Amino acid sequence: MKSGIVSYGAYIPRYRIKIEEIAKVWGDNPNSIIEGLMVYEKSVPDMDEDTITIAVEAARNAVNRANVNPEKIGAVFTGSESHPYAVKPSSTIVAEAIGATPNLTAADFEFACKAGTAAMQACVGMTESDMIELGLAIGADVSQGAPGDALEYTAAAGGVAYIIGKENIVAKIESTYSFTTDTPDFWRREGKPYPEHGGRFTGEPGYFKHVTSAAKGLMERLGTKPSDYDYAVFHQPNGKFPTRVAKMLGFSGEQIKPGLVVSRLGNTYSGSCMMGLAATLDIAKPGDRIFMTAFGSGAGSDAFSFSVTDRIDEIRNGAPSVEELLANPIYINYATYAKHKGKIKL
Amino acid sequence: MTVARFWRRLKNLYNLIGTHCEKCGEYHYPPRNLCPKCRRSSRTVPFKFKGLGEVVTYTIIHSSTKDFEKQTPYILAIIKLVEGPRLTSQVICDHNDIHIGMKVKSAFRKLGEESDKGMLYYGTKFVPLGSRDK
Amino acid sequence: MRDVAIIGVGCTEFGELWDKSFRDIFVEAGVSAIEDANVQGGKIDALYVGNMSGGRFIEQEHIGSLIADYSGLAGFHIPSTRVEAACASGGLALRQGIIAVASGYHDIVIAGGAEKMTDVDVETTTDALAAAADREWEGVMGATFPGLYAMIARLHMHKYGTTSEQLASVAVKNHHNGTMNPKAQFQNEISIDAVLNSVMVADPLHVFDCSPITDGASAVVLAPAEIAKKFTDTPIYVKASAQASGTLSLHDRPDITTLDATVAAAKRAYKMANLTSKDIDFAEVHDCFTIAEICAIEDLGFVKKGEGGKATIDGMTAIGGQIPINTSGGLKACGHPVGATGVKQAVEMVLQLRGEAGKRQIDGAEIGLTHNVGGSGGTAVIHIFGR
Repeated sequence: MKSGIVSYGAYIPRYRIKIEEIAKVWGDNPNSIIEGLMVYEKSVPDMDEDTITIAVEAARNAVNRANVNPEKIGAVFTGSESHPYAVKPSSTIVAEAIGATPNLTAADFEFACKAGTAAMQACVGMTESDMIELGLAIGADVSQGAPGDALEYTAAAGGVAYIIGKENIVAKIESTYSFTTDTPDFWRREGKPYPEHGGRFTGEPGYFKHVTSAAKGLMERLGTKPSDYDYAVFHQPNGKFPTRVAKMLGFSGEQIKPGLVVSRLGNTYSGSCMMGLAATLDIAKPGDRIFMTAFGSGAGSDAFSFSVTDRIDEIRNGAPSVEELLANPIYINYATYAKHKGKIKL
Repeated sequence: MTVARFWRRLKNLYNLIGTHCEKCGEYHYPPRNLCPKCRRSSRTVPFKFKGLGEVVTYTIIHSSTKDFEKQTPYILAIIKLVEGPRLTSQVICDHNDIHIGMKVKSAFRKLGEESDKGMLYYGTKFVPLGSRDK
Repeated sequence: MRDVAIIGVGCTEFGELWDKSFRDIFVEAGVSAIEDANVQGGKIDALYVGNMSGGRFIEQEHIGSLIADYSGLAGFHIPSTRVEAACASGGLALRQGIIAVASGYHDIVIAGGAEKMTDVDVETTTDALAAAADREWEGVMGATFPGLYAMIARLHMHKYGTTSEQLASVAVKNHHNGTMNPKAQFQNEISIDAVLNSVMVADPLHVFDCSPITDGASAVVLAPAEIAKKFTDTPIYVKASAQASGTLSLHDRPDITTLDATVAAAKRAYKMANLTSKDIDFAEVHDCFTIAEICAIEDLGFVKKGEGGKATIDGMTAIGGQIPINTSGGLKACGHPVGATGVKQAVEMVLQLRGEAGKRQIDGAEIGLTHNVGGSGGTAVIHIFGR
């Protein structure tokens, strides 16, 4: 494959709520939550932010980072499970807001937390076949967790955008491999505000089965093993799952460290893995190899193998890094958080 | 705000696209049909502003119309863009930090919605020029 | 061009007039003006009425026809015209009436203004009033009327050191004047502290810095000066009528703290009357917000730019001061039924110049000026009157 990442951009809203704040309201023990999830705060959108505004900011950061000509973008795919419109694509608004219209194709993607990586794969297909010169894949969410439900501790807001192409790439996509089955571990019905999940069922039959299968499948195809990689990024619904699956597959704690941002951010759903990848690209050196496996409930996993090129050093500082976006947060209490997330019925 | 009226202006609102009169060199945001200086001899073309500017004056709105009620209190300001024209917009920052002369940059935000089943309006607001910037 | 005089005036109470409909108030104002003028209905040649938003407030357009019909004048097929310029609608209606008489086109003309604002909820009213600003580029961003004037106030304070206390003193003075005006919406004294402690609407403007929502109607009867004495012993003469436009939006205003439409209209008015600002004895100015009165007395040339706040708090514009401003109570205390205000200002002129202003009478007033503004300064209309 000749395609790779040409540029990337992330966006995280400024607000955070600490686990203790949420635990206080529902009478849970904050220490056991923090220990169990390995998350201690999550991002919260402003009153006037949503998946589309987050996607636009991430996309603009990607365009600016490498000074990409937006008119060369031939496809925009936004993956999310919180698209503001059920019908009317977020992608057209993003395309307009980055100046990529009108000569392009666009569509929205949904596959729980792996909608963004599915969009990346679609872009690779189009650039490899020379259908388009550049493709923009975004994973962005203003994730919802029902008040009082375990998900409320981790459902966060954020987005990441990747520009895929064949020239001027900063990370080559060596290969991508997916493992998909019909597994109802987590879902949200049309018109309902909050998702449902199968509790512990989301673990082994869901996350672990698909992530390990896709990861093993990719390494088998490429003939690689964990020690061939400098870094690894796994879907991070909390801190525990990616840490455990890394161990299961034979990756070390050091390899996953830079990409494990969930403890300070929460689970940005479609943006989760992609945020971990962005945080890794922020510090990776030319020649580094990165292994990534996303997971989306429903269920499926997309695994990728990247190798970083020299060009990463040239463009890296053209947009804020994930660390810069995580810095200087504004902490809010549960009441303000509920107002921002629209949980108070007006 | 009807669909057609918003749609006609969405490029201007999303991307801060105004007009530039090539005859006299003036820049306008919001966009103008005729350059006020040159009138019929205007030669206006679209122009995309950088999105950088400074606060000329501001207020904190506590009491608003139904459309903006949920957002109160919010900062409304007149911002002078570096290219020259002034526009009215919201500034998202700590209410204790807003001041005349504050340097700001554009951000893409939701302006509002027609109703809970109506159209969503997006556009440009401003945030302080600061630590997250390159 | 011939000179014009006001031969009769009429005004309803201003306030929340729950029992009165739009039709009730304009008929009341019109009939009392005609009676004051000693004129027969059949002799009226034309009607001009200022009304900002019949459509939003009472779902009624075609106001000109409605008023002609309900005043019983549609039977005479009187030409009836509604005039709109947001809060300057009344002033413009007055000016159109004056032009009609001055030009010789018509002889006896009624110029009135009416607004019924309380039949809809406060949010609808606020939104209707926001149409006086730039809906596309100010409204869409969440600008409200108080918000726009608050931005003027903030910059005025920054540039000239104007204080919140000085702003409040405008409201205090106008309320004091209102206690002597039986038609005023508010007839109570307030203090500077009361203003500063009232709820903040748009920083730095508190609710007491803002004119209220009001129902009301006013009317004047105009006639050629040469025949005025046939109708009244105390005709009041129009010395000047001037109008100017400015930018619709505040952000396009060359100097945000100056309503240059006011400056332009004032220049024209003074020229027309062969007078200067020093010759004006008293004025009714457009205090939709306290800052608006401060800018008005500066832009009309009564004080230097930036000194309006100090002048007010020092008492220069009180009754008994150097140039009494808003003896009627202004928009703040008398009330601001949007379309009616510009005409009510003329009614106050006439009462003062005739010596009929009761407890709020100014001694020895000879020349008065009215100043009516639309929006944040998109329109300004100025009249000068004398005995």
